[in-house]
Amino acid sequence: MQLIFEKSRIGRKGFALPEIDVPQVPDLAKNYCRNQPAQLPEVSELDVVRHFSNLSRLNYSVDTNFYPLGSCTMKYNPKFTEKIAALPGFSDLHPLLPQLSGGGMLAQGSLEVLYNMEKLLSEITGMSAFTMQPLAGAHGELTGVMLIAAYHKDRGEVRKHIIIPDSSHGTNPASAAIAGYEVKVIPTDKDGFLDLQFFKKTLSKETAAVMLTCPDTLGFFNPKIKEITDLAHSAGALMYYDGANLNAIMGKCRPGDLGFDVVHLNLHKTFATPHGGGGPGAGPVGVCEKLVDFLPISRVVRRSDGTFALDYHKHKSIGYIAPFYGNFGVILKAYAYILALGKSGLISAAENAVLSANYCLARLKDYYAAAYGKTCMHECVLSAANLLEYGVHALDIAKYLIDQGFHPPTIYFPLIVKEAMMIEPTETESKETLDAFIEVMIQAAKLAKTDPDRLRLAPISMPIKRLDETKAAREPNLRWPAH
Amino acid sequence: MNYIPHTKQEENQMLSAIGVSSIDDLFSCIPHQLRPKSFNIPSGKSEFEVLEYLKNLSQKNATHLLDFVGGGFYDHYIPAAVDVLAGRSEFYTAYTPYQPECAQGWLQAIYEYQTVICALTGLDVSNASLYDGGTALYEAAMMAVRITGRKKIIVDSGVSLIYRTMLYAYTSNLSIEFVETPVAHGQSCREDIYKQLNDQTAAVIVQNPNFFGAVDDFSDIIQRVHHCGALAIASVYPVSLGILKSPGEMGFDIATGEGQSLGIPLSFGGPYLGFIAVKKEYLRQMPGRIVGATVDKDNQRGFVLTLQAREQHIRRERATSNICSNEALCALRALIYTSLLGKNGFVELANLNYQKAEFAKVVLEKVKGVTVKRSAPTFNEFTVCLPKNADEVVGKMIDKGFACGFPLGRFYKGMDNYLLVAVTEKRTKEEVVHFANSLEASLCS
Repeated sequence: MQLIFEKSRIGRKGFALPEIDVPQVPDLAKNYCRNQPAQLPEVSELDVVRHFSNLSRLNYSVDTNFYPLGSCTMKYNPKFTEKIAALPGFSDLHPLLPQLSGGGMLAQGSLEVLYNMEKLLSEITGMSAFTMQPLAGAHGELTGVMLIAAYHKDRGEVRKHIIIPDSSHGTNPASAAIAGYEVKVIPTDKDGFLDLQFFKKTLSKETAAVMLTCPDTLGFFNPKIKEITDLAHSAGALMYYDGANLNAIMGKCRPGDLGFDVVHLNLHKTFATPHGGGGPGAGPVGVCEKLVDFLPISRVVRRSDGTFALDYHKHKSIGYIAPFYGNFGVILKAYAYILALGKSGLISAAENAVLSANYCLARLKDYYAAAYGKTCMHECVLSAANLLEYGVHALDIAKYLIDQGFHPPTIYFPLIVKEAMMIEPTETESKETLDAFIEVMIQAAKLAKTDPDRLRLAPISMPIKRLDETKAAREPNLRWPAH
Repeated sequence: MNYIPHTKQEENQMLSAIGVSSIDDLFSCIPHQLRPKSFNIPSGKSEFEVLEYLKNLSQKNATHLLDFVGGGFYDHYIPAAVDVLAGRSEFYTAYTPYQPECAQGWLQAIYEYQTVICALTGLDVSNASLYDGGTALYEAAMMAVRITGRKKIIVDSGVSLIYRTMLYAYTSNLSIEFVETPVAHGQSCREDIYKQLNDQTAAVIVQNPNFFGAVDDFSDIIQRVHHCGALAIASVYPVSLGILKSPGEMGFDIATGEGQSLGIPLSFGGPYLGFIAVKKEYLRQMPGRIVGATVDKDNQRGFVLTLQAREQHIRRERATSNICSNEALCALRALIYTSLLGKNGFVELANLNYQKAEFAKVVLEKVKGVTVKRSAPTFNEFTVCLPKNADEVVGKMIDKGFACGFPLGRFYKGMDNYLLVAVTEKRTKEEVVHFANSLEASLCS
């Protein structure tokens, strides 16, 4: 498709501004002004509408396709939450209003949402308090690690490293490193769990924290989790919970009860806010009692008269990690989702997510190697390594799925599983959809033996074929016109 | 409502395929003693009930006030087509375009967005967006530290206090030294910057227009910064770039900013849009997702995520940043917004903002006891000095229906009588005059 810039025609307009209604003054002095206007397209409103409508149709999305992208929880995004976020009383509210004299009273509705959401997330996870500020999951991780650093510093302790399993999300080691910590990596044992012996040897008085995902990225719940958190605590380290996989365990267990001290959640995963093509997300962080004083400012508090206010006077706080109160629009949608589902809805979301994942695993394990082969939680990791002898890779299976109208699972993650395919079906997909997907996966495994070229050539039904990624990296063309 | 489609019969079929007799069996891996100590969540409600409850809550927010508050976040008009197009669920229910063949819509949109950011900033390359203007500025500062191997950063105090405090929070464990230089007569004080600048300096960070609304031409400062081997970083307000000299024209190495003003609702602080653009020699130190054009097997143009070797999912603890997601949907809004406004419309928009603010200055100057700071030119926001405490005046103006500006005493010591006033294209001549009249009445009472 042509770029919007390639559709530009000199003099065409897409929007009319109001006529200038004030007496005009001379322009700013020349040295402050640009030489020529920014080269934006010149297109009509219909040009714009058609361009973006047609672009949107080139995407697979949850609303159009099954999207079992592991670790991303691509569940259905209810539509009423969009309507709520667009209510002018929420969407038009200026974030600086509470800074004005008596301004907290101008934002009581939004402050109440934040306050109630903090209470709900605390109860769901078993934590003492939450900050709603982090703007994404990885941002929550960084915030969490900063809280851990502030806690140790406040106790006058110097701790240098953070322990992370080799199966972790890449954001974990990256967040730890960016906050100034060394990273120590623990291998996975033959059962797919954190190697406990290696962990015990690594854990020391220099360990600031242990970052874990639970269930882990292989989709397993580690029954020894409490032993791990107890060991960490006895060494004076804190336990960090990567909440990417919370969807599996809502109402079944809580990170706080397992001994985790810091938790980040991904509202765009577990609580059904749309992923938006890569964001915006929201990554609230919950903490246990001893870390509450370090949470970012401001904090929403409830006064004795029932009104809400912002408290900036927290001398131990790590400070501002976001300009205001987090991605409010996203938090609001997640709040509405939790209110609609309620207690039993959240529990059945977890139950059915786990049911669907195990159903996929049970039906596919004869065709693909199941990593470690046991009951999984909300996602299952399969391997296409058994197809390598036919010259077929996980990538080829993924591309074939695209031809059949399915978004592929996450591939090549976790890094420790060869030719990994991580399938997270979520609770909102029907059995017919799962069956259709499973049939295509089985078909692909059979084709690998009879007609591997069909897989290697895929996709053939899309507007474009496989792209030359090496060329993209070697000769970066990142804007139009390229230069 | 739980959005789960399985009938009881289907559930049984699935359980039998798995080889277990109940859903509880699937959770047997969680030991009994680790089950929740409590799970006190209210019962679910219907869509209608939740909607009514939240509609009522939304009405407790004061969005009826006539808005003259800016401070980096502005009340601009959003054309209807922005909401309609960004509201297409083929966009908003997709995720990061990992599989390019079924995500060309998103990938092309991000490539176009990167083009727009380069065009506005006058710099070479951009990325798929960052969280917000503050985190974007932090990423820019960290880029400068990595590129120069130095740890001292000079920050002009005309940079928003919100962003400065964010910079300090993020780097508190990294032994990076920040030095703040003062603003004199509205603009960055050259002498103080030059005094601090040396071969230990990684970067100088300024903001245009600065927090007081003043615009500047930083070309002279940048020459000196480059002479010391440091980087020049600007945080900019994108609407102002309709007329203001671009960061690229001045010689900046990195420009960042808050993209909220490009078609994104104020929404009480987010979701917003951080943007970043850099000179091409710094491309490989830039954080975040990047989209590039390439060709497919049939030599057709297509788009992919590229230069991923910088990123956390590959490089883990050695990545340039921990960033995983971006603010794609907000970037899409900015792209649609700038496409609708177009080359000439965007200039017209900036000019309208400038002219209305200049008119407001003239009208407010006529209010007894009020002076407008005119030591430096401004874009659409400016500082006025009131004869009494600005906080009090703001309180009185709220009762008259105005969010009349931001009291600078909240962020700057000794500025208790100063008010920062923003005027966008949405404010009419009548509203500005009404504002001045109400201010006069408030000052008398």
